[in-house]
Amino acid sequence: MPAPIRLRELIRTIRTARTQAEEREMIQKECAAIRSSFREEDNTYRCRNVAKLLYMHMLGYPAHFGQLECLKLIASQKFTDKRIGYLGAMLLLDERQDVHLLMTNCIKNDLNHSTQYVQGLALCTLGCMGSSEMCRDLAGEVEKLLKTSNSYLRKKAALCAVHVIRKVPELMEMFLPATKNLLSEKNHGVLHTSVVLLTEMCERSPDMLSHFRKNEKLVPQLVRILKNLIMSGYSPEHDVSGISDPFLQVRILRLLRILGRGDDDSSEAMNDILAQVATNTETSKNVGNAILYETVLTIMDIKSESGLRVLAINILGRFLLNNDKNIRYVALTSLLKTVQTDHNAVQRHRSTIVDCLKDLDVSIKRRAMELSFALVNGNNIRGMMKELLYFLDSCDPEFKADCASGVFLAAEKYAPSKRWHIDTIMRVLTTAGSYVRDDSVPNLIQLITNSVEMHAYTVQRLYKAILDDISQQPLVQVASWCIGEYGDLLVSGQCEEEEPIQVTEDEVLDVLEGLLVSNLSTPVTRGYSLTAIMKLSTRFSSVNRIKKVVSIYGSSIDVELQQRAVEYNALFKKYDHMRPALLERMPIMEKTATNGPTEIVQTNGETESSVLDTKHPATVPQPANQANDLLDLLGGNDVVPVIQTALPTKPASAGGELLDLLGDLSLTGGPTPAPAPSVPISQPPFLLDGLSSQPLFNDVAAGIPPMTAYNKNGLKIEFTFERSNPNPNIAVITIHASNSTEADMTDFVFQAAVPKTFQLQLLSPSSNIVPALNQGTVTQVIRVLNPQKQQLRMRIKLTYTYKGSPVQDLAEVNNFPPQSWQ
Amino acid sequence: MIKAILIFNNHGKPRLSKFYEHYSEDTEQQIIRETFHLVSKRDENVCNFLEGGLLIGGSDNKLIYRHYATLYFVFCVDSSESELGILDLIQVFVETLDKCFENVCELDLIFHVDKVHNILAEMVMGGMVLETNMNEIITQIDAQNKMEKSEAGIAGAPARAVSAVKNMNLPEMPRNINIGDISIKVPNLPSFK
Repeated sequence: MPAPIRLRELIRTIRTARTQAEEREMIQKECAAIRSSFREEDNTYRCRNVAKLLYMHMLGYPAHFGQLECLKLIASQKFTDKRIGYLGAMLLLDERQDVHLLMTNCIKNDLNHSTQYVQGLALCTLGCMGSSEMCRDLAGEVEKLLKTSNSYLRKKAALCAVHVIRKVPELMEMFLPATKNLLSEKNHGVLHTSVVLLTEMCERSPDMLSHFRKNEKLVPQLVRILKNLIMSGYSPEHDVSGISDPFLQVRILRLLRILGRGDDDSSEAMNDILAQVATNTETSKNVGNAILYETVLTIMDIKSESGLRVLAINILGRFLLNNDKNIRYVALTSLLKTVQTDHNAVQRHRSTIVDCLKDLDVSIKRRAMELSFALVNGNNIRGMMKELLYFLDSCDPEFKADCASGVFLAAEKYAPSKRWHIDTIMRVLTTAGSYVRDDSVPNLIQLITNSVEMHAYTVQRLYKAILDDISQQPLVQVASWCIGEYGDLLVSGQCEEEEPIQVTEDEVLDVLEGLLVSNLSTPVTRGYSLTAIMKLSTRFSSVNRIKKVVSIYGSSIDVELQQRAVEYNALFKKYDHMRPALLERMPIMEKTATNGPTEIVQTNGETESSVLDTKHPATVPQPANQANDLLDLLGGNDVVPVIQTALPTKPASAGGELLDLLGDLSLTGGPTPAPAPSVPISQPPFLLDGLSSQPLFNDVAAGIPPMTAYNKNGLKIEFTFERSNPNPNIAVITIHASNSTEADMTDFVFQAAVPKTFQLQLLSPSSNIVPALNQGTVTQVIRVLNPQKQQLRMRIKLTYTYKGSPVQDLAEVNNFPPQSWQ
Repeated sequence: MIKAILIFNNHGKPRLSKFYEHYSEDTEQQIIRETFHLVSKRDENVCNFLEGGLLIGGSDNKLIYRHYATLYFVFCVDSSESELGILDLIQVFVETLDKCFENVCELDLIFHVDKVHNILAEMVMGGMVLETNMNEIITQIDAQNKMEKSEAGIAGAPARAVSAVKNMNLPEMPRNINIGDISIKVPNLPSFK
């Protein structure tokens, strides 16, 4: 068999290949040759073959058949063989292959070899890929070598020890005695690796850390070494661009950081040297800046005095103005780390940081953006937001999502006025609308409902925005929800904040229908628009058009749309009397999201926790409760308690089918997993005039028994009670009027009056006809506000037509159960 | 800790790849490709730091790279290493290579991959920086190379000259070499092994 070709030849041959296929062919041929050579157990050329194999491995071709050969090379006596063998072991073997354990014995022998280079090779390999078993077996040898006087071996042994500790942390104590005089070495290589070893030990075990602090007096030793490095003049062997051994300086500074963290004594001992390094280091070259950077990080981390901290931040500020991009990047990164603790100091450099937003470099832009968000506070919110919105306009798509979320968070925390807040959100939606996160849509809707006085302005702006552009789904979703909700304001032109636009009902419906048919709308958006159109049926007068639209979609292919349309149709046909009540204005949603990511507000609602184990954790607020009332009427006493926005979200499709009608997916927002805080917004006046919110009330069905308020001439009126939450002063009474005579009572009107200390609200009745012979009941909901908790009394007046003649009656109701007003 | 050291050229061909963490062979190649993809997109005047690609550990790890002529030197490190320090380390590495190979160029790296590995092994061990003093490293490398040569039976001669002469196939060399104005006449020497 001819001698296998040399590595060089192989490389040359491969380089002549012009296509990938040719290269593969050559390599396969060579692999075959190598394999047969291995089979022949050829000792002389084995090392050459393995070298070629390693080259092919680097190019990406499989080379596992060479693993055993590497072991044979390691076992050989020749240095050349060992060298290639160990290299091959490091490249081809790892602890997942069983073969590697066979190396243990070889390495053990080599660790005790007479030639230091062989020992070095063994240490190197063990330090790179030693598995935990190997480390356990050989730790003793490594420890022995750690004490040797040969600096070449000592430094390798130190790093090998680090690897051993990483693999088998229990062995750390074994190396402790050997570290005692590591730092008294003169050789910088040994010093360097010893510092690495000490760093690793201190990071891994707090016991070690305190041991080194107190017993070994490590800090003074390190300070001394560092001082020598700085003070000693020019030493050519360790000099890098005029500074002596910057690598060692950086390492020592890092170890000092770990030792000084949280410990006053150590920090004090280092103050002087840190100040010295900070002021004396030359900053014209990268090495000087590397040392300064490390110094700054150390100063910020230990318990340094304030003067030193200010010095550190000023150094970072100087970095920001440096021409070198790397320095600027590094400065921004460290400012980000320190902004939490030294907020004011970093604020001073705010303008420079904001300028970095305009840098061309992507990495710098990202850091600057994160830092800008961290620096936003109540004072600079307007200016910062202007810059950030400008950045949002012009940045790359990969930033837009994060930037948009950041803008929302900052705006929520520090918005100076509601109008500004809404303007900012509009700006984000219109510029980066497709990149905002999904949960921002419900958050925004919640925000909009909360800013009661801005409804007209908001809906007008949103309407104008979607006239221009319907491609950005979050914008479209929020807009269609608002138009559905506040369409009446839009048409009536009531906006105070800006020039009201003239819009007709038909135009609005055109826009919404356009959303339904457009190809750009996602199914979710279509759902929003359909529901919005439906809601407008109570706010607009052109009901017929809406009926037509809704019935068309009853046969839509999209199942979600079809379901909604069919239910809305049913609402038109069979439950028309309920429609106004169901499609009323939404109440203000309580904030479930906390202010900012770090705060977790504890829930303070006792009642919330008590209803946590109910059956249907739907988070649909008030209209669902009205639906529950109606469910009561229709389905007997099957009361389904509904929790208000308390739980982690489930989509509104939980619960009965009537709940589906009202389930705007948006309302189930509130993405916090934490138990929801209930931060009730200041309760607006209880009695409405249509625009302001209604307080939420909760069905806590248990407890208050129903009562008969009136029973005369065949007409019986029963009261059932619910308690309102969070305002326990509100009692919700549902009247059920039934007729036991044989003729219907038509034109039935129920009126009620309460004493002056109470307030009363009557909602619309289910119908005006009380059917005869108890075939059905008329229901009506009364809300009574009882702030002084006085005994509830009511005077009721009933008018109806019975057998052609009008009947009128007055009665007093005094027998309210005590729980209803206490 | 340094997770990986990669050297590849402007077209993404790997010239040296050393991983200090375990990855399968396929993953290693993918990492090389992904890193090349990330690094080659960079402009010339932007900073030398990048977030790591997904395969190599995402945003916890950073890629610190330097572009010399046709080669990219990329060090993938985690947060325990100082970025500016690693930049200096790359510089020291390249200077060491320069000293060992005399005006190192890409071809040197191509044909002497094992030697580059040996030099690297003297500088970085197990993902941690071992030695940063250029002269110290070169001394060690020279001593070890000498050991190798002595084993191979030829003492004292510079490695390249010897192998070059061994490889020369004298009978087949052109008799006249014409390079522009210089014309060299080669004597007829017997080949020797």
